[in-house]
Amino acid sequence: MADHRLRAYGALLGAQARSQAAYRASFAVDLVGNVGATVFDVVTVLVIFGVTRELGGFTLRETLVMVGLSACAFATADLLVGNVERLPAYVRTGLFDAVLLRPLGALPQLLLMDLPLRKVSRAVFGLAVLLVALARAGIEWSPGRVALAVAAPLAGVVFFGSLFVATATVSFYWTDSGELANSVTYGGKEFTTYPVTIFDGWFRAAFAYGMGFAFVSYQPALALLGRADPLGLPAWVGWVSPAVALVAAALAAAAWRVGVRHYRSTGS
Amino acid sequence: MGSVTATVAPPTESNVILWFRTFGAIVRSGFRRYATYRQAALAGAVTNIVFGFLRCYVLLGAAGAAGTVAGYDRAQFATFVWAGQGMLAVILLWGRPELAERIRTGDVASDLLRPVHPVTSYLATDLGRAGWACVSRLLPPVLVGPLFFDVHLPARWSTVPLFVVSATVAVVLCFGCRFLVNATAYWLQDVRGPQILWTLGSGVLAGLYFPLPFLPDGLFLALQLATPFPSLLQTPLDVLVERDPTGVQVALVGVQVGWAAAILALCRLVQRRAERRLVVQGG
Repeated sequence: MADHRLRAYGALLGAQARSQAAYRASFAVDLVGNVGATVFDVVTVLVIFGVTRELGGFTLRETLVMVGLSACAFATADLLVGNVERLPAYVRTGLFDAVLLRPLGALPQLLLMDLPLRKVSRAVFGLAVLLVALARAGIEWSPGRVALAVAAPLAGVVFFGSLFVATATVSFYWTDSGELANSVTYGGKEFTTYPVTIFDGWFRAAFAYGMGFAFVSYQPALALLGRADPLGLPAWVGWVSPAVALVAAALAAAAWRVGVRHYRSTGS
Repeated sequence: MGSVTATVAPPTESNVILWFRTFGAIVRSGFRRYATYRQAALAGAVTNIVFGFLRCYVLLGAAGAAGTVAGYDRAQFATFVWAGQGMLAVILLWGRPELAERIRTGDVASDLLRPVHPVTSYLATDLGRAGWACVSRLLPPVLVGPLFFDVHLPARWSTVPLFVVSATVAVVLCFGCRFLVNATAYWLQDVRGPQILWTLGSGVLAGLYFPLPFLPDGLFLALQLATPFPSLLQTPLDVLVERDPTGVQVALVGVQVGWAAAILALCRLVQRRAERRLVVQGG
């Protein structure tokens, strides 16, 4: 039974890969274009450091560790589950009905139905930024820090992935939710690119600790760099990002299950 | 006896009043068309506001405690960001490639039957859309920003009218740029390449990701004179925050007007060349 399912998912993925690679020139354009957004995220940070020596008390080398963690986590999550943001279109056109009728899981089907292979280039670039940033930051490596350098980006992928799924479920209740999800997903990417110290007040509290974005890049970067938190949190906080990611995944899974149960077809 | 054609004969005498009335009617219908999507406008405005907070804090972080970077003080940065978040939707930097889709499907044929030039009629619709965006997308961030940040309010009497002119020219210019990107569909089957280039280039070169004066002076000046991009967003915002003396403000708007005229002329040229080779599938 499980074997059958795996084969069905494999067939979906294979069909996707073949169809997307069919138009080679378009696919090549997409591969190059998708790196662009992350390239400009990095360029923006470099340009800002062209006019200032430090940002929120952090140097360029230190900030680039956060940029790398954020870019790597976001780009990989966007590759794997980012396309769930097309759910509103599936709900509106009624295609989601067809997905539910098949004897396969709804979420894996949606993700495999159009896994955007063109975004592979962006995920690879994100990883490259992280590796360069880690190599140049002057980190005193220990077995613990090596483990964290591996675990933190993975936790970031799970965290952003959960966020994509959780925000997409809004479209089960509000079909025309449009760009609303972007404010949390792309907004989260923007937030995690910079040291949390540059933000302030309730806005920082909500994004960093209310929604947990501080655990994607800022806190792990502090632990890797061996810096005390200017905001006063204890040193071990940098090591809990995998746990935070698991909580986010559990919440997203719950939101998805409730959402699917509440789903009422638009009838179109 | 004239021959029967599908094309409406062009009016033999020019009637300026009639032209303005037609143009106005298309503008109004554009406004009404976009005003039906209220939920989408609300969702978009919320996203613009969240990004307003993010970008404002980043630029204030760059300014540091001392507070002046690249000719902007902290209050000027705040105005730059919050007005910029609203302007983004008014000029519609990133829109759906609607015209390209009409060209691909052949729907564009019905645009060619109308007695109004396609560039003119699309421009009128876009002005209507921009009008609705002023209400639904420009006002929210401009009203919310000052609640949380100290903003720079224009001090010279000439700044506000100059900003209105500059923003209007930016809308026309941005329309022209998007029209050209879309019009590549007349020649290419797939506009994804030009579309990706536009999306990537326009954001960074128009001054959305960081104010362009952060770049070296020579590079900024070259961008402003040699490309239309800074005229889309950077120029109206610089006029609004009074980064330069009045004379320079006027000159900047002059550069913008030049770019808008050149791009619109190019749009008409491209449209004429495209119509000569366009083959619409029957059916």
